[in-house]
Amino acid sequence: MNKTRRVIGLHLGLLALLFALQFVLPAYHHGNLARIMVLASYAIGYNILFGYTGLLSLGHALFFAAGMYGLSLTIQHAGFTAAPALLTGLIAGAAVSAALALLALRTAGVAFMIVTLMFAQAGYLTILYFAQYTRGDEGFVIQAAQRVLWGIDLSEPTNRYFAAFILFATCLLVSLALVRAPFGRTLIAIRENEERVRMLGYNTFAHKLAAMIISGTISASAGAAYGLLFGYAGASFASVQYSIFPLLWVLLGGAGTVLGPFVGTLFMFYLIDLSSGITTAYMLIAGVTLIVLTLFAPQGLVGELRRRVWRWLP
Amino acid sequence: MTLLSTRGLTKSFGGLQAVTNVDLDLPKGEVRALIGPNGAGKTTLVSLICGRLAPSSGTVTFDDRAITDLPAHKRVQLGIAYTFQITSVFPRLSVRENVALAARRHIPKPDVPAAVDSALARVGLKNRIDEDAGNLSYGHQRLLEIAMGFVQQPRLLILDEPTQGLADHEIENFKALINDLRKVTTILLIEHNMSVVMELADRVTVLNFGELLAEGTPQQIHENAEVQAAYLGKG
Ligand SMILES: Nc1ncnc2c1ncn2[C@@H]1O[C@H](COP(=O)(O)OP(=O)(O)OP(=O)(O)O)[C@@H](O)[C@H]1O
Ligand SMILES: [Mg+2]
Repeated sequence: MNKTRRVIGLHLGLLALLFALQFVLPAYHHGNLARIMVLASYAIGYNILFGYTGLLSLGHALFFAAGMYGLSLTIQHAGFTAAPALLTGLIAGAAVSAALALLALRTAGVAFMIVTLMFAQAGYLTILYFAQYTRGDEGFVIQAAQRVLWGIDLSEPTNRYFAAFILFATCLLVSLALVRAPFGRTLIAIRENEERVRMLGYNTFAHKLAAMIISGTISASAGAAYGLLFGYAGASFASVQYSIFPLLWVLLGGAGTVLGPFVGTLFMFYLIDLSSGITTAYMLIAGVTLIVLTLFAPQGLVGELRRRVWRWLP
Repeated sequence: MTLLSTRGLTKSFGGLQAVTNVDLDLPKGEVRALIGPNGAGKTTLVSLICGRLAPSSGTVTFDDRAITDLPAHKRVQLGIAYTFQITSVFPRLSVRENVALAARRHIPKPDVPAAVDSALARVGLKNRIDEDAGNLSYGHQRLLEIAMGFVQQPRLLILDEPTQGLADHEIENFKALINDLRKVTTILLIEHNMSVVMELADRVTVLNFGELLAEGTPQQIHENAEVQAAYLGKG
């Protein structure tokens, strides 16, 4: 029970800190942190499938984009207001991840990576193909007037920070509850040894299917929020790069840890931000740092913390 | 009453027939030993019964129900528990979590912690409950594997060489455990240790080159010349 209290204290503590930071941070970092919280929500979604279930997807940009375009296209072309558009984004994410899961989960390992990659690539090309509506790579801006949710103007920085915070807090707590519940424990066991789990009487396919839908829907919620908060939708968010990002963030922060996705996203964001302030060869600095980290903290930052100090971290 | 029966059960791996035309009947409440030389097809046969492998031909009936086409997890839910010959616990999960995973599918949620505690106490691992299973010695992992089997309160418990790697006093404890379990469940026990077979089994089935060679009481099997040639002579 002591352990439960520590776990809850730590996570609520982080949320309290993030909430308080908005009052003290200078505008630049305030804006950054809002963006980081949205991207970290994406990473949390990714982590449920990769970190906890052990399925390495190279196609999560498809889910992020499903959320983003589910929201932005309905705002732009169907005249939806923010709330129903947001809901459309979530439904699109759930539907796309369910469909891809039914196909991709017939495979495992490298084949699973390739199938997810291919479908995400097909999604990306579809967005380019329908440039008439999506404006392809160039993308389109969602006007400030259309970014009002329940009377709150989300283009305004304070509101935006708060909305990003709500999204992040929800995703973090959902992820925490999930991995502590029997369902999440079963996912972890599937990651460790799927055959054994099956022989304990679990339908592992159904578990992986559910994990992928939850993961995809959380990723889509981040994509939809990104469009809504930052007022832009573009095909680059569906590109392979955006499938690799959450993988990197989660690996850096610690796959299979609840806080890892946030820590990894924060770290990577500021690593690129700071090094690009020093030199134009900032990708080199970022690359070297990543190599050093993978060599000396192969389980990621939070993963190492758990291994060395806080064994109770979920 | 027959709990499990197979008819014409056959499995081939490419050119190799690992199990050939096996008809097996297992009455409810019996402890049945399944013996045979290395590579005789014992693990393959029980894998066909519990659904880990699909048969090339033949049928499996459990409690009067045809289960040949049921996926493994459904068979386990019907009450067939299988413990692996090659220790297959979750090394990075705690001992407690290993057993809880096995229990959760089969007993009501509020009863799980107590069932986990008592299963671990029964195999003498209660004091290791919070350790990672990977830290246990090989013998202790075997015991954990056994606990993961009977905590499911199965109707048929299949144990694949459970005493391999156990110390003598652990084997004694294992025999006592089986003598408890036989009151409530049917047991199919693959076993190389003849003293365990002789002491525990109601009946013994001998498999050789994938085929049923003999079946009888431990005494009959012990005296069977064919069996001695195939198996005991080598042991
Ligand atoms: N997955 C597989 N693919 C190919 N051949 C296999 C496979 N599994 C088992 N075999 C072969 O089938 C035969 C029977 O193997 P099995 O493991 O069932 O024997 P066993 O009686 O359990 O032996 P042991 O006492 O060594 O455990 C062996 O020749 C083995 O090499
Ligand atoms: Mg075997």
